[in-house]
Amino acid sequence: MPVVDVDLSRLQGMLGRTSRKRILEALPFLGLDIESESGNNIRVEYSPNRPDYSTDYGIALGLEGLLEIHTGSVSITASDSGYRMAVDRSVSKTRPTIMAACALGRRLDDRMIRQLVAMQEDLHFGLGRGRKKSSIGIHDLDRISFPILYTTIPRSYRFVPLGGTEPATVRQILSDTEQGRSYGHLLARTGRVPAILDSTKKLISLPPIINSDATSVAAGARNLLVEVTGLDASDVAGALSVMSTILQRAGFTIHPVRIPGSKNPVFADRKMSLDPKLPGTVLGLDLTPSDIVACLGRARITASAGRASIRCLVPSYRFDILGPMDLVEEVALGYGIGRMTPKLSPPRTVGNAGSMTATADAVDATMIGLGYAEALNSCLSGIDVLYNNINKSPGKIISVLDSKSREHVVLRDSLIPGLLDCFSRNIHHAYPQRLYETGTVFGPADPIDEHAHFAAMSAHPDACFSEIKSVLQEVCKTALGLDIRTVPADHLPYEPGACADILAGNRMLGKIGQADPAILRGLRIRVPVAGFEIMLD
Amino acid sequence: MPQTFHEIEKKIIRLLQRMPESTPVRLSQDAGLTADQARRGIEWLRLKDLVSVEESSTVFVSLGKNGILALEDGLPERRLLDAIKSGKRTLAALKRTLGSDFGPAVGPARKNGWVSISGANMTVTHYPQPTPEESLIGRIGRGRVEMDDIEDMAAYESLKMRPDYVVHHTVTSQKIRLADGAGDIDLSMTGIDVTAPAPPVFAARRHPLKEVIREIREIFVTLGFSEISGRLCQSCFWNFDALFTPQDHPARRMHDTFYIDMPGAKRVATGRQMRNVSRSHRDGWRYSWSPSEAKRLVLRTHTTCVTIRHLADNITDEARIFSLGRVFRNEKVSSRHLVEFNQVEGVVTGQNTTLRDLMGIQKEFYRRIGITRVKFWPTFFPYTEPSLQTMVYNERLDKWVELFGMGIFRPEVTGPLGITRPVLAWGGGIERIAMLKYGIDDVRQFYSNDVGWLRGALPCR
Repeated sequence: MPVVDVDLSRLQGMLGRTSRKRILEALPFLGLDIESESGNNIRVEYSPNRPDYSTDYGIALGLEGLLEIHTGSVSITASDSGYRMAVDRSVSKTRPTIMAACALGRRLDDRMIRQLVAMQEDLHFGLGRGRKKSSIGIHDLDRISFPILYTTIPRSYRFVPLGGTEPATVRQILSDTEQGRSYGHLLARTGRVPAILDSTKKLISLPPIINSDATSVAAGARNLLVEVTGLDASDVAGALSVMSTILQRAGFTIHPVRIPGSKNPVFADRKMSLDPKLPGTVLGLDLTPSDIVACLGRARITASAGRASIRCLVPSYRFDILGPMDLVEEVALGYGIGRMTPKLSPPRTVGNAGSMTATADAVDATMIGLGYAEALNSCLSGIDVLYNNINKSPGKIISVLDSKSREHVVLRDSLIPGLLDCFSRNIHHAYPQRLYETGTVFGPADPIDEHAHFAAMSAHPDACFSEIKSVLQEVCKTALGLDIRTVPADHLPYEPGACADILAGNRMLGKIGQADPAILRGLRIRVPVAGFEIMLD
Repeated sequence: MPQTFHEIEKKIIRLLQRMPESTPVRLSQDAGLTADQARRGIEWLRLKDLVSVEESSTVFVSLGKNGILALEDGLPERRLLDAIKSGKRTLAALKRTLGSDFGPAVGPARKNGWVSISGANMTVTHYPQPTPEESLIGRIGRGRVEMDDIEDMAAYESLKMRPDYVVHHTVTSQKIRLADGAGDIDLSMTGIDVTAPAPPVFAARRHPLKEVIREIREIFVTLGFSEISGRLCQSCFWNFDALFTPQDHPARRMHDTFYIDMPGAKRVATGRQMRNVSRSHRDGWRYSWSPSEAKRLVLRTHTTCVTIRHLADNITDEARIFSLGRVFRNEKVSSRHLVEFNQVEGVVTGQNTTLRDLMGIQKEFYRRIGITRVKFWPTFFPYTEPSLQTMVYNERLDKWVELFGMGIFRPEVTGPLGITRPVLAWGGGIERIAMLKYGIDDVRQFYSNDVGWLRGALPCR
């Protein structure tokens, strides 16, 4: 989950006369975990579906509702100030949608810039799906002359990218800058790429890659242009709404950039209706329609109780609200999760443990009685442990892609190598060491074979085949009800001539043997080891 | 109280009753004990407050490598004077004679005013009597002297300044005496010392984590839940798509999920399930859903894939089921993260299935594992709405710790699979609970298979 650093006094300033204690107590009930607290600074974890909470302005909007300072929807008061934008048809093949708004009249400081950039990155990552579905550009409005044009340009077009000093072609930017390398794949393989130009034909943005250096925002800027481009109107509108809502809360006035001839209902509240019985049924609360309306108001959704349904106005920045159940959650938040009391109803069902539990329990009881301690290894293991250490060549293995650790690459096909690995890591402990493990092993097939196996090994100066065979026949008899026999066979990691297949009737159950001394030497184990492994299912 | 003594103790006591003070070496000689037996016997008696052991240490000084050379050939400055007197006057000749000692010789000789240098020649201006350093070297000789016996400390300090001239070593000695009142100990008692500690033996046992898993399973069963099990290797369809996680969602990236290096499964779900899920993704997330992406194989990232599939394949009006087992995340292993860990998840559907009931079940679950301070906070999970997390108070850590999550499956999850009743789900990682129970701060402990820990780990009371 992403985190944001919040200055408590600043937050307090935004909320008026509210004590720190009230703020700190309320935050978790907005869904914001306080991860750490040091003096005036708190680090807060927020949900990725609420990028508005990546700024203290967004957190203030939420707290205002919960603490009943302001309730109801936060709508954007957008007034048309004549900002216009044209869209060239050529963008329809690459990145068809653009929406933009100007934010005027508040001096930007460093902290605000940092928060806006962090929120922009959140929106790029989540809603934008790595800038594919939507990406945001923030510009210094005073360096742009209107109307602006969203169009396509050739890859030979030159401009100075954000943070650069020299003009470069689009082609160079895509191959030489970090942003170009990270996001270049999002541009269709067509020759021309989308760009936003101002009325003097100056490039201001190369979405979704990078802005121009000419319109970069620095502390002290007073007026901003926020543009969002993407594939789909609702994702683009969602991102622009979050940005605009936060900028409005920060003191800017919001002015949409209109596209002549097209409706631009970016900031319109969505009308949704909610069955007044649903919240009470789902939450287990007795809620009247007016209770529900009040709860929604505290969750910053304006609602009114109609005859058969509750009419809700969901502000445009709440793109996370998809349907009635999301509204139920808002009711719960507005009601206060802390006020909801747990209720224990007796079960109307009879419980049962899984079918393997009884078998595994019987194996546990027998093995413990025989003096074997239980070990646990990962199913996802490494080539060294599973193969190299026991001189076995990996056959058809099932591996995973791009593991971050060499020790977790291959799904085990046997439990024995893991137990040998345990012994090799415990040579400093007193002998005898006797271990067993039950767990899943895998085999390549479609679907992949998954079997429950059981293995045991004994390591001490007198460990030998007959000792472990005694254990095997006892556990098979008492825990599994099987009479077994062993017939000569050669299997690694056992010593040739001291190794066998295990059969119950004619059914092959597994393998047993004395570990090969050469393998034990390789593992630095200085005592003999004997073991077996059988299928449990 | 009558006391029984080991034979070794008896021998030592008998000797000390005759001779009021002794040393370990003498005791072992006189009693016919090995040095180790004597040491152990003295230690046992000291622990019983029957003997006192007074430790003292003496520092001895002997000559180092260069000191021995000086004893044989004289100090470098003396050898310089002698060389000049034997007729070697030029600096070059003197350097040849003294070699690397030339520098160390000229220093003190000039400082004490024994030589003077004019041009390339050196002459003796004063030939001293044996110096205090020379006297001390002679006194130490090839043996050693006690530091406390050295009178001319200035000479000692001066030699100590020179490399490897003197070395000192400390010899610790013990004086053993019988404690007051131990003089008339009766040694006639026979038998064994029943108060003596016995060597440890270790009972074989279940793995501590498995104990916690068993306990959790039992609680679920007694709360009316039935266990279902499912595969660890799953298709993306059940692990992600059926849970309304869009195919371009960051959680599905290889960065977090282990994809299996094999072709996708041929068949993962019924045609109807595939079609409905495809439609819900298209309508809800507005993209074109890919069946081949849904067929890719992953190591399950949660047990929810098992519960949701069970619910989809066994539509029912009323059920309490749970699924427990290993799940996988492609993370860097650390004290807080494992790539493979255990998760448990319960789902409830039917009557009395409100969020408050789910909170009640959880609270009861925690009560049974011994956790009584529980609170609920809102949170976000991609496939439940509303979503809560439980926070439990841990006294050892003196803080609230996040444990299980819970929520009601989104209609976008249940609807396409034909599940009409609300489904409440709750669960989380088992290792976290086991860490609290066993007071463990590093989760890797559970899979380290350290035999010492497996033999001795005990849950916190």
